Amino acid sequence: MTKTFDAFRRALTEGRVPVSDLVLPRPNEAHCRVTAADLKDLSDRACRDLGAELVFMGADDRRAEAGAFFVHYLFAQRTQNWFLHASARVDASRPEVPSLAAFHYPASRFEREIRDLFGIHVTGHPDPRPLVKHAFWPEDYFPLRKDAASPGFADDGRPFPFTEVGGEGVYEIPVGPVHAGVIEPGHFRFSVMGETIIDMKSRLYFTHKGTEKLFEGRDPADGVELAERVSGDTSVGHALAYCQAVEAAARVDPPPRAAYLRVMLLELERLYNHVADVGAIANDTGFGVAHAHCYRIREQLLRVNKELTGSRLLRGVLCPGGLARDLEVPRDHAARVAAAVADFDEIVEICLANTLVLDRLEGTGVLKPELARDHGVLGYVARASGIDLDARRDHPFAAYGQLTFAVPVYENGDVMDRLRVRADEVHEAADLIEQACGHLPSGPVRTNVGRIDAFAPAFGIVEGWRGRIIHWLMTRDDGRLHRVKIVDPSFFNWPALSLALVGNIVPDFPLCNKSFNQSYSGNDL
Amino acid sequence: MTRYVAVLLQTLVAVALAPGLVGFIRWLKARLQGRRGAAPWQPYFELRKLFGKEAVVSHTASWIFTATPFVLFGTSVLVASVVPLIVAPAGRFLIGDLFATVYLLLLGTFFLALAGLDTGSPFGGMGASREMTVVALTEPTVALSIVALALNAGSTSFSEIVSRTLVQPSAALGPGHLLAFAALFIVTLAETGRLPVDNPSTHLELTMIHEAMILEYSGPYLGLIEWGAALKLLVFLALAANLFMPWGIALSLSPAAVAIGLLSFVAKLGALSVAIAVLETRVAKLRLFRVPELLSVSFVLALLAVMSTFLVR
Repeated sequence: MTKTFDAFRRALTEGRVPVSDLVLPRPNEAHCRVTAADLKDLSDRACRDLGAELVFMGADDRRAEAGAFFVHYLFAQRTQNWFLHASARVDASRPEVPSLAAFHYPASRFEREIRDLFGIHVTGHPDPRPLVKHAFWPEDYFPLRKDAASPGFADDGRPFPFTEVGGEGVYEIPVGPVHAGVIEPGHFRFSVMGETIIDMKSRLYFTHKGTEKLFEGRDPADGVELAERVSGDTSVGHALAYCQAVEAAARVDPPPRAAYLRVMLLELERLYNHVADVGAIANDTGFGVAHAHCYRIREQLLRVNKELTGSRLLRGVLCPGGLARDLEVPRDHAARVAAAVADFDEIVEICLANTLVLDRLEGTGVLKPELARDHGVLGYVARASGIDLDARRDHPFAAYGQLTFAVPVYENGDVMDRLRVRADEVHEAADLIEQACGHLPSGPVRTNVGRIDAFAPAFGIVEGWRGRIIHWLMTRDDGRLHRVKIVDPSFFNWPALSLALVGNIVPDFPLCNKSFNQSYSGNDL
Repeated sequence: MTRYVAVLLQTLVAVALAPGLVGFIRWLKARLQGRRGAAPWQPYFELRKLFGKEAVVSHTASWIFTATPFVLFGTSVLVASVVPLIVAPAGRFLIGDLFATVYLLLLGTFFLALAGLDTGSPFGGMGASREMTVVALTEPTVALSIVALALNAGSTSFSEIVSRTLVQPSAALGPGHLLAFAALFIVTLAETGRLPVDNPSTHLELTMIHEAMILEYSGPYLGLIEWGAALKLLVFLALAANLFMPWGIALSLSPAAVAIGLLSFVAKLGALSVAIAVLETRVAKLRLFRVPELLSVSFVLALLAVMSTFLVR
């Protein structure tokens, strides 16, 4: 670890920073308690002085055990790879925390989520509109409280307060929540002048599934199936983040062979999703031939997946402690992946040689780097807007520390660059798979996950194909899960879509949207 | 009398062929993209399905909504009976000339745009506004490019134009002829909602032009509109084929001439369908604000065609 973190840790230990109950579970991790009053101070210290970012906020209901709610903050320092986890006790009789939203945009969304799901009031919040909660949810219904019972839902007819745009010739186009095609529900309200978009507000959270609540009471080993289904196209990403969180809680590491195979699984997932996305972006420009071929290549990759794991979507392999079973990697595995990627390259080349396609992609849906930075976007959206972040490199997990790969970063932030980042990452993924095949150690693939300390928070961070995924969990006295909180990168990226749209024309919206390709399911748990 | 029967029969052939033409282009596109694709006769099954369904009509819709499918289909059939397809008998049938064609087609489009607005759905209004923008730019080009031919023939009657070109093939190879053909081909793509102006196979409401206007239609109404739109495509291709390459068209009603006429008609449609399918595979959809540029190009081509006709004379 770096000197800064050492110094910071010393400051924490010696009580120069207002925290208590300091725990140092790993060399680059500090867990502490913080009072609501000192929260801003601590956040300033970590973010402003030391360059960390708030990457996660979650709450848990411990009224039965401790007579209080707890709100947890995870700060991560990207360039120095250290974490500060702070928990604030929120008295059950007066559930209230001060808002960090004024300093950090993602905090604003986390806080609205916590308020809607736990009924913890956030004081001084600049934008107190509901986020998860739809109008017909009863006022006093907070689904993630332990004692929440399903109420009778009834539409009260109140409209969601969208920002209204006025002026001559300005009108609104409501789209959704039911769309053409197989897409999850989301309502988009366009304020338009002629064909030019002045503003777009998205209303999501139409299907609160209670995914996080479903984890509660399960044995940690039984959470994988659920994690694999958080967002259908990110089975490995979410399952891996979950497994890493369990392993962090139990303080075990997976054996080396499992670590390498995990890299392979995660990269296979990245591959088939990126290939499909590039095809879908081309299709939205009307260039159907690229779409047809990308789908063909995706199908080849899914068959490679099936041959390796028995599951086209790579499910049922990961488990806390390593892998559920050893995988026999076919001898031509890397070669087959490489062949699919070579095929894909040709498609990309054809697309980018077509001036009509280029004209649609370039300069469309620009997300400016400063806006991207301010809103804390993640994944390929961030990397296309000049933000050099990748959890595989910044917080190495699995075997990424032992492998070499480049992180493609582009500056323009348009649809073109989001496509380029994907096309480049396809190469890196294929290369990583080849490296993993070449260096694959033999040996066991599973470590026994022992006892987990009750109410000790732990988290796992994974760079899924969409971006950074965080699973955070805590177990009860009986070793079963007390609370699991999932953060899909889409949670960070959804607001950025609106920003990228301003000034574009309505018929370019589907193209912009496809280039972001965010998960509804991962966002609306 | 036989002339009327002949015209009636060739109109029926056109009406029957139109869905197959659309299916053929779709099938060919699928093959060119490396997909298997539905069989070319798939649209016939779709029409049968649509005519077997009930029509759901919005409560806010007026008579315009229910009348439009009939107007659209009716004008398409009428235009099909006016333009030379398989036979081009001397004289005119009913109203067979260039101006009638242009304005009959426009009438159908006009009603479609009204119907798009009628239900009050945001997509319908959006589609109608876009369609009007496109139509305002294409209609002059259609008229102008045919005028270029009419100037040569000295008449706006289609049969005159056709027979004149057949008699004087040297004129057909002139620059005016080729320029007018290029203009009409671009306009055909725009008028019939093909790439690069509109994407007939998209499901994305926000990008649609033609499809956005008919989103609210279902059942038999939708069937009529689909059929009418297919017929419009056929009419445009027939115009492009027979006005510019009339060879093979039957000038008399002898069985041999009619047989050759039918074969050459199908062959010409096939060739133009291949051209459209290849083009649609090669190009992407233009950004909406680029569409006027393309259509201005087609207008300039048509204008040059007219001018060169004067100069060559």
